[in-house]
Amino acid sequence: MSSSKSIQPVSHTDYAKHGLTRQTLLDMLRKMIEIRRFEERVERLFLQEGALIGPSHLYLGEEAVAAGAIGALNENDLITSTYRGHGHAIAKGVPMNPLMAELFGKATGTCKGLGGSMHVAIYPEKGSMYATAIVGSGVPIATGVGLGLQREGKRRVVMTFFGDGATNTGAFHEGINLASVWKVPVIFVCENNMYAMSTRADYAVAAESVAARAQAYKMRSAVADGNDPVSVYLAAREAIDAARNGQGPTLLECVTYKLHGHGVYDKGDYRPEEEVEAWLKRDPINGLEARLLKANLATQSDFEKIEKEVAAEVEESVTFARASPVLPFDQLAKYVYVM
Amino acid sequence: MPELTYADALREALREEMLRDPRVVLMGEEIGVFEGVYKVTRGLLKEFGPERVRDTPISEAAIAGAAVGAALGGLKPVAEIMYMDFLTICLDQIATNAAKMHFMSGGKLRVPFVLRTQYSLGRVHGAQHSQFFPSIFFQVPGLKVVLPSTPYDAKGLLKAAIREDNPVVFIESGMLYRIKGPVPDGEYVVPLGQCDVKKTGSDITIVAVSRTVTEALAAAMKLEEQGITADVIDPRTIQPLDLATILESVRKTGRLIIASDDVKCGGIGSEIAAQVVEEAFDSLDAPILRVASPDMPIPFSPTLEQAYMPNAQKIIEAAKKLVG
Repeated sequence: MSSSKSIQPVSHTDYAKHGLTRQTLLDMLRKMIEIRRFEERVERLFLQEGALIGPSHLYLGEEAVAAGAIGALNENDLITSTYRGHGHAIAKGVPMNPLMAELFGKATGTCKGLGGSMHVAIYPEKGSMYATAIVGSGVPIATGVGLGLQREGKRRVVMTFFGDGATNTGAFHEGINLASVWKVPVIFVCENNMYAMSTRADYAVAAESVAARAQAYKMRSAVADGNDPVSVYLAAREAIDAARNGQGPTLLECVTYKLHGHGVYDKGDYRPEEEVEAWLKRDPINGLEARLLKANLATQSDFEKIEKEVAAEVEESVTFARASPVLPFDQLAKYVYVM
Repeated sequence: MPELTYADALREALREEMLRDPRVVLMGEEIGVFEGVYKVTRGLLKEFGPERVRDTPISEAAIAGAAVGAALGGLKPVAEIMYMDFLTICLDQIATNAAKMHFMSGGKLRVPFVLRTQYSLGRVHGAQHSQFFPSIFFQVPGLKVVLPSTPYDAKGLLKAAIREDNPVVFIESGMLYRIKGPVPDGEYVVPLGQCDVKKTGSDITIVAVSRTVTEALAAAMKLEEQGITADVIDPRTIQPLDLATILESVRKTGRLIIASDDVKCGGIGSEIAAQVVEEAFDSLDAPILRVASPDMPIPFSPTLEQAYMPNAQKIIEAAKKLVG
């Protein structure tokens, strides 16, 4: 197996050549803006308004990964997510109202308030099958979901997300090995945001890259620019096609960066200032907008329209969440077992 | 009635459920080509092929995780973990993922899979290949825990477990695979959550699980010769636990012994004793006694292992203390 494929940047003049329509690009932009504005609002609800409590891990800065990778899936394909899952959920089409309500712990939430932020992305109605808060544990689970889809024989695939830290767990290595042995249709998407909490990947990942780990398991791999949705989309599309065609799984590493820290209360001040500044200049939303303008595929007023609609959607979700009831405690017992 | 071994009864259950439901797939170490370390999967690879009888690498975390995922993905997996000791390697998938999925998704997710395993206490396998620690699993709401003690129950309970919509930890006893017992031809299931009253008496109630059921029955026969008669009850599943049947017996006899192979501290006996005290304290004429393994790792030496294990003699001694 050759080394990881590195996805070369695609110039805005070549979008059409790569089969990227204006609609696809605008859809990805919209998802990224939805995620950004949702997360900014969530951050304010935690830090300024004190309306939300508990652990919450924001997707700020990583929007291009979810938008690009999930953007390349069909609607009936599946994903599994993690405790940093708000972005995956939005990209997969989960409405904001139940997402925000879940963060408030309300009965109208995606998980009726029983899951919280770390499991909010569980929404099988839209093919978002699970969100685990145990780092790495979603990898073998995705392998199993892939087995189900392989048996089903309808050419559906499952895409699973995890971070660089997860690739140091045993579950990751056992899970991708088994996926490769069974050639299941799974796309393993690593969001390499370069830190597991405060531990740097260049310290903790004893490999040339996350993607390089795939070679040990005879698995196809690629590295995409996780701040460029086009790069992620093209890499994901290739992996998805391979999985659909029975060629088995791919490990797709998307190199990206968190705008803020690990969790909502973490300022991330252990990161070198110049590193943070360099990544801020590579903001995925600004980057895509600039290229869409250059390519004459969109205008400033297109962006303003999206922003306006998204802002209304976010505010509506807060209103909805606040007005929603909490599940009565005496109903909990019926959720422990399927009766 | 025809007789089958416990292992063959399990195999019949797997085979019948695979014929009945194409979603049932098996996965585990050595289950296909090698037909299982205990030959429970004998002939199944040939009959159903490698798509449904899936050999895995030695990857317990991935086996359990893939079973969880396959259940999410529409299958009904039956995963085998060769020794119960190895369940600690995949405990995260069972206890922290599978058991909570239905609850923390607000009832949306279902993970119907069976994790079969066995414990080898009595087979001279030493400290790392003999452990029996079912209480870990009834400490985790969301799981069902099944402990068959006869070929009849092994088949009927496994069929019921495969038809469950919840994750089931199905714990077999390695000591029982070669025992024979009556297993009727044709379809039957044993519902989870029903005690089997194996024998009735009036002086004492003996609750026993898995391998110790045979020991309890042997003890009851001996005690009867000495004029002490016992109810012998096998709960068959400890989650759910059919407490009502146990309470009914205790209210009649006023005395209770709980026999099981796990260590005494925090084990099956502890939990059943606590529940009986809470519900039927006034009916007890004597302290509740537990006949369990001592609170120490399992010794290898065959002589020491025999001394370590609960057996009929230890149950008789406990009974005599209570009915003295």
